[in-house]
Amino acid sequence: MSAPSDFRKDFEILKSGEYIYFDNAATSQRPRQVLEAVTNFYNTANANPLRGLYDWSMAATDAYESARKTVADFIGADSTEEIIFTRNTTESLNLVAYSYGLENVHEGDEIVITVMEHHSNMLPWQMVAKKNGAKLIYLEPDEEGVISREEYTSKITDKTKIVAIGHVSNVFGVTNPVKEIAEYAHSKGAVVVVDGAQSAPHMAIDVKELECDFFALSGHKMLAPMGIGALYGRRDLLDNMQPFLRGGEMIEYVTREDATYAELPHKFEAGTVNAGDAVGLEAAIKYIKNVGFETIEAQEIKLTTLLMEGLAKMPYIKVYGSKDPKKHCGIVTFTMDGVHPHDLASVLNDDKVCIRAGHHCAQPLMQFIGAGSTARASVYFYNTEDEVKQFLDRLSKVREVMGYGA
Amino acid sequence: MELKQLYREIVNEHNLHPVHKKVIENPDLVLRGVNPSCGDDITLSLKIKDGVIEDGGYEGSGCAISQASVDMMVDQIIGKKTDEAVKLAETFMGMIKGEVTDEESIESLDEAAALQDVAHMPARVKCAVLGWRTMKEMIENPEKAKE
Repeated sequence: MSAPSDFRKDFEILKSGEYIYFDNAATSQRPRQVLEAVTNFYNTANANPLRGLYDWSMAATDAYESARKTVADFIGADSTEEIIFTRNTTESLNLVAYSYGLENVHEGDEIVITVMEHHSNMLPWQMVAKKNGAKLIYLEPDEEGVISREEYTSKITDKTKIVAIGHVSNVFGVTNPVKEIAEYAHSKGAVVVVDGAQSAPHMAIDVKELECDFFALSGHKMLAPMGIGALYGRRDLLDNMQPFLRGGEMIEYVTREDATYAELPHKFEAGTVNAGDAVGLEAAIKYIKNVGFETIEAQEIKLTTLLMEGLAKMPYIKVYGSKDPKKHCGIVTFTMDGVHPHDLASVLNDDKVCIRAGHHCAQPLMQFIGAGSTARASVYFYNTEDEVKQFLDRLSKVREVMGYGA
Repeated sequence: MELKQLYREIVNEHNLHPVHKKVIENPDLVLRGVNPSCGDDITLSLKIKDGVIEDGGYEGSGCAISQASVDMMVDQIIGKKTDEAVKLAETFMGMIKGEVTDEESIESLDEAAALQDVAHMPARVKCAVLGWRTMKEMIENPEKAKE
């Protein structure tokens, strides 16, 4: 097993050590190998993929389809036809809402989501519910951030058509019991949509093991460039769905009045595709596999434990979610008595520490936990124990800066 | 002025010991101002007689910069004519955006001029101008601010 420190040198932006980057749940950093793969694509195989009859276009097509195969293998999909490239998780979830939700949810039906959802797995379902006269039902977690069996079995019913759930909460870091919920939802005839934005960077994913029907992920949270993401969809569902966007490269035959659509997955990839960044995502997946989820998880737990132990010594800090550092997926959300999270983040920025402050695109959850906004530190495998110690030291001085004495 | 110095020397005093964070009696204009992305949320009340701001107060919550800025603002506009207050708001917002830099204009802001360096902190501009933009809006559109 390699040590996490072996990999830090691959991240140019972290090299100087000037900044402590603890906002990995918002976006990760990218290693040299990913950036080189993207550059190499443009330097050696740049042409419009999927339509050209010449070498470069065929090379671009091969590179793009190879990336799709890598994503399919990475999340345990049966075939590349079940992998659709999108810009990010948000686009993936909107695709499902528009192309599946609007067609299959009817008046009087119910859509079940959790109050923990990121807005990207909430607003599309609000839209579907409003447009089609369906009801949006919220699952609520307990104090530890856990959705209990009693909670989901009481709210998922025969009326439920879609259950959309975040695999890992971007606020609590808790891993939801997706498999158990999916099993139950399927027994009630519902389709299960999983937002994997916060899980895919941190744990091995097997969409069949999870028993989900759709799974969405963002490349940029897992070392890949911004602007590339993916959607897994069960083949029989995708086959029966209408396209999300219409235009070039997704057709079979077009007349003045009508069109027939290309086969999966191209039916859902209108317009020139983002092959360059798909290649970057492939490189990112290879990089993550090389690091290994075992190493990633061990380092995250080590850092999160240190972080939470340090925070526990500051009586004016409240940490949200589980008391067990192992259940945080590297995400620690907290508030500091008397100090607004935005002031906190500004003061830390003055000390070259990057954390997130605000509502984390989860306003209903902030209302649920009774905090207007919170601060969030999130680590990844390339962060170090020394960074956590420095972070805690700088954090312990914030209240003094804000006028609360020494 | 550096951020920490700004907090220590200016912002903390108004944030921790605000003078005007209170309900005033029979206000003529009341308006809520919100920064949805950060959660700064204030309700500003003004009492106006013959075009002069006789009293003012605010309630709400938010970051220290937003709260201190509105406290300083209320201090500044009590006793001023409404059109003078609007002019000060324009000067303040111009200063924070880095568009107003002449000394005379900035001195007219009195203590609020101390927030000039927020101009170099783009993430905090919205916080600093919340109170001022709410005040300008309620005076210019009083129909929005009647209870």
